[in-house]
Amino acid sequence: MKTIKLVLFIVIAALGLSSCSSDGDDTPKIEENPMEGFNLLTNIEANGHSLELYSELKTGFTTGYNEIFIRIKNNADDSYFTHPEITWMPMMHMMGMNHSCPKSELNISEDYNSVATGYVVFQMPGNTDEYWDITFAYKVGGQEFSVTETIDVTAPNDGKQTVSAFMGSDDVRYVLAMVEPVNPKVAVNDIRALLFKMESMMDFPLVENYSVTLDPRMPGMGNHSSPNNEDLTYDAATKSYIGTLSLTMTGYWKLNLKLLNTTGEVLKGEDITDENEASSLYFELEF
Amino acid sequence: MNIIKCIHKVCAILMGTSRPMCGWVLLLGIFIYPIGSGAQELVLQRDSIITINLDEVILISARKALDYHSQPKPLSTLDEYLESSKKVDMVKRGAYAWEPTLNNMFSERLSVTIDGMRIFGACTDKMDPVTSYVDVSNLSKANIVSGQQGAEHGSTIGGAIDLELDRGNFKEIGLNGGVETGFESNNQMSVVGAELNYSDSHFYVDTDIIYRRAGNYFAGGDEEVEFSQFEKYNFSANGGFKIAEDQSLTASLIYDEARDVGYPALTMDVSLARAIIASVGFEQDALWGSLSNWKSKLYFNKVTHVMDDTKRPEVPIHMDMPGWSDTYGFYSQTELEAKKHRFLFKVDGYYNKSLAEMTMYPNDPNELPMFMLTWPDVRTANGGVYVEDELDLNGNSLKIATRMTVQNQNVADGFGLNSLGIFYPGMERSKTRFLKSISGQWHKMWMPWHFNAGFSYGDRAPSVTEGYGFYLFNSFDNHDYIGDPGLANEKSMEANTKISWEGSKLKIGAEANFFRIADYIIGEIHPSLSAMTIGAEGVKIYKNLEYANLFNTSLDMEYAVLPEFKWSGLISYHLGTDNNGRNLPFISPFSYRSGLQYDNRSFSAALRVTGASKQVNYNPEFGEDQTQAYTVCSLTFGKTFKFNNDSMYAKFGVENIFDENYSTYTDWKNIPRMGRNFFLTLSYSIN
Repeated sequence: MKTIKLVLFIVIAALGLSSCSSDGDDTPKIEENPMEGFNLLTNIEANGHSLELYSELKTGFTTGYNEIFIRIKNNADDSYFTHPEITWMPMMHMMGMNHSCPKSELNISEDYNSVATGYVVFQMPGNTDEYWDITFAYKVGGQEFSVTETIDVTAPNDGKQTVSAFMGSDDVRYVLAMVEPVNPKVAVNDIRALLFKMESMMDFPLVENYSVTLDPRMPGMGNHSSPNNEDLTYDAATKSYIGTLSLTMTGYWKLNLKLLNTTGEVLKGEDITDENEASSLYFELEF
Repeated sequence: MNIIKCIHKVCAILMGTSRPMCGWVLLLGIFIYPIGSGAQELVLQRDSIITINLDEVILISARKALDYHSQPKPLSTLDEYLESSKKVDMVKRGAYAWEPTLNNMFSERLSVTIDGMRIFGACTDKMDPVTSYVDVSNLSKANIVSGQQGAEHGSTIGGAIDLELDRGNFKEIGLNGGVETGFESNNQMSVVGAELNYSDSHFYVDTDIIYRRAGNYFAGGDEEVEFSQFEKYNFSANGGFKIAEDQSLTASLIYDEARDVGYPALTMDVSLARAIIASVGFEQDALWGSLSNWKSKLYFNKVTHVMDDTKRPEVPIHMDMPGWSDTYGFYSQTELEAKKHRFLFKVDGYYNKSLAEMTMYPNDPNELPMFMLTWPDVRTANGGVYVEDELDLNGNSLKIATRMTVQNQNVADGFGLNSLGIFYPGMERSKTRFLKSISGQWHKMWMPWHFNAGFSYGDRAPSVTEGYGFYLFNSFDNHDYIGDPGLANEKSMEANTKISWEGSKLKIGAEANFFRIADYIIGEIHPSLSAMTIGAEGVKIYKNLEYANLFNTSLDMEYAVLPEFKWSGLISYHLGTDNNGRNLPFISPFSYRSGLQYDNRSFSAALRVTGASKQVNYNPEFGEDQTQAYTVCSLTFGKTFKFNNDSMYAKFGVENIFDENYSTYTDWKNIPRMGRNFFLTLSYSIN
């Protein structure tokens, strides 16, 4: 009898505990830090909140593709808001004009309900006269707030180009940004890129169903190329362009590209020939 | 207990030596010989094998034969000794480390061993053939066997070269030593060698050291061949100890190091080529009653090879290309004689690690170095069984031999596996192959006629370069080469025959062999691939041709006008084509040699002429161009002087007397051979 009671107690207790934790949707899991191992890019203090911006791989904002993780701390009790609703608007302040850049929406991470993720693609670095800022509008605890913070966008440490903003032969401005490979290997690598067109100074929608040809070269090795590369084609699931990049050795590689529209018309870039060593549309890699 | 005795003995000898022997013997070195006791050892106990096998023995150590006069050029490099063979041609990329070819086949189709030990060069560009890691001071002779008859030490297609170490072998000789020195005028090569040995019925130890240094050589017409210098030293010690009347332990060690070796035909030189070759062996006269001559050996060797281009004035890009090849192996063999049969049973195995890398330094110092693995740490495990039987059939003899081998190759380095995966997506890390060889060789004698005929089948696995090489530049055809791990084994069907007439004064022999090699491995241009090496024309990938045919024939004559005065001559013709009738590369044109030799055991003189006709069958697709005809002459004189017990031997000669500027079909990128060269060698032996 005692045993049955004990078993019953354990079962009930287990049910109770599990139900407690399952409805803990609105309580952040404090026991583990979801941003452990990530790099804090900036911490924006405003409205009694701290907006923490993280990157998994980078230590600062750089030109090209930046994947950003954001969470908002309530400074009053050091807790993080769950399911924050955040929108953002990066802005380049130039001498005579302002413009934005391609970006995604900020969505709550699948793993952590206190973290919102998205990406931003900076076409250019800031300098002494021109700078980037980001305006965040967010809603936590039923209230709406907003903050604007100046950020420092630099060229990547290795100075290599992973984004290109250009005018196509169709008189449309495009932005092409490389997302992968992040850690290139002497192997067959997956290559992924995002393509946007500049509809206005503030609006950069994704472009679908174009294609990007790929011709990786090593300018330091007599423009050596590699075999078995595959051009980048549009993948509807990831809304990005996916291809295959073979790298036969470490070192500096120039990925010569050509952008083709849905009818196969070349919008930007040239073939590599004996006379023409590089395309005007390219990414760079060095490892 | 025996070990203690052994150590004691070594110490005793060393101490004994330091007292009565003059210090200069130790300083200068060696090459000595006990005139009294060696002669009866010369009896070739198994000379029926020699007849039946159609092999060729190049005597290297004069002390074994007491026959300095038979050596055309003592103290020449091992390469020159091998070149004096009738069957071997040497591919030259410079003055050092020539690559032997046999039946017009290269290293990957040959089994080249040192005392039966497998060893593999560590250079992806074949700058270090196995033969470059020993010196003449280490060796007693080189056994050269054609085709599948060379399968005793490993799978082969073209044949085998086994370099036999020189050792005392428990002869009652006592302590002896010698010094040698040589000088060659053309490339200012100086050689110094020394030898110190002890042997009695229970114990022997042989040590030798040799040092060579040469500057650039000059081709005919005083044309300096830049980057043809080299420097090398070699030390070896081997010993044996009888632990019982019928049992002995042996050990050997060779340390060989070459530095600052120029390769005028290549774009890079070598700053270091080093090998450590070591073994321990156990020998027992009988095993389980009926078996005899049980010999076993455990060995290892470690080869390090570092290429260097820092001395070249203009290179498009500087690069480091080190390579390493380590081999661990064993073999055990025994014989059985039963009535008309004479069996040899052998089991052997080896494990080799081949790794080579390339780092290129961009001209823009801000760019990172470029790195690739050119041999992706390939681990080859090979185990085999060899059995031969020699049947005596009353005037006929028949030798049947077979080898069965299992070989596994595994790409140990993930970086290398991924690199090759660019060409072969989803490639397997490991590949196992089964190799087989069977041969039959028949000999019939009707004095003075001899007739030999043989048929055989054998196959081989692709070499590390052919299977796994990654952008290996071949300056001969100016292409980068990529291996293919999926290559099929190369299979050879071979037929050979020899007929000879041996009178007391005149000997004539005609022989021919024919190889039909299915799945012949060769690099073919892959037009869509982009060359890696700056200046290379394109990329070749190793592939299996449907088949290739190789045909070699020669006529050999010797006439003894007097017992001391002989004339000899050799002419040979070769042909190699693939399944489309294209000529294969590196096939010898019609060639000849002829010589007059006088030797009365105290004075000798020889006049030699060698040459070849203009190359007719060549193939520009493989980077070949037509090689012109040439004839070169050499003249040598030798004299032995006696001083009480000691003796001194001097040899003087001049090679390429008319200073002809020539190159042969085996000269990489047609680098010219050495012009007129005077040499003098002195050997002093102390007994």
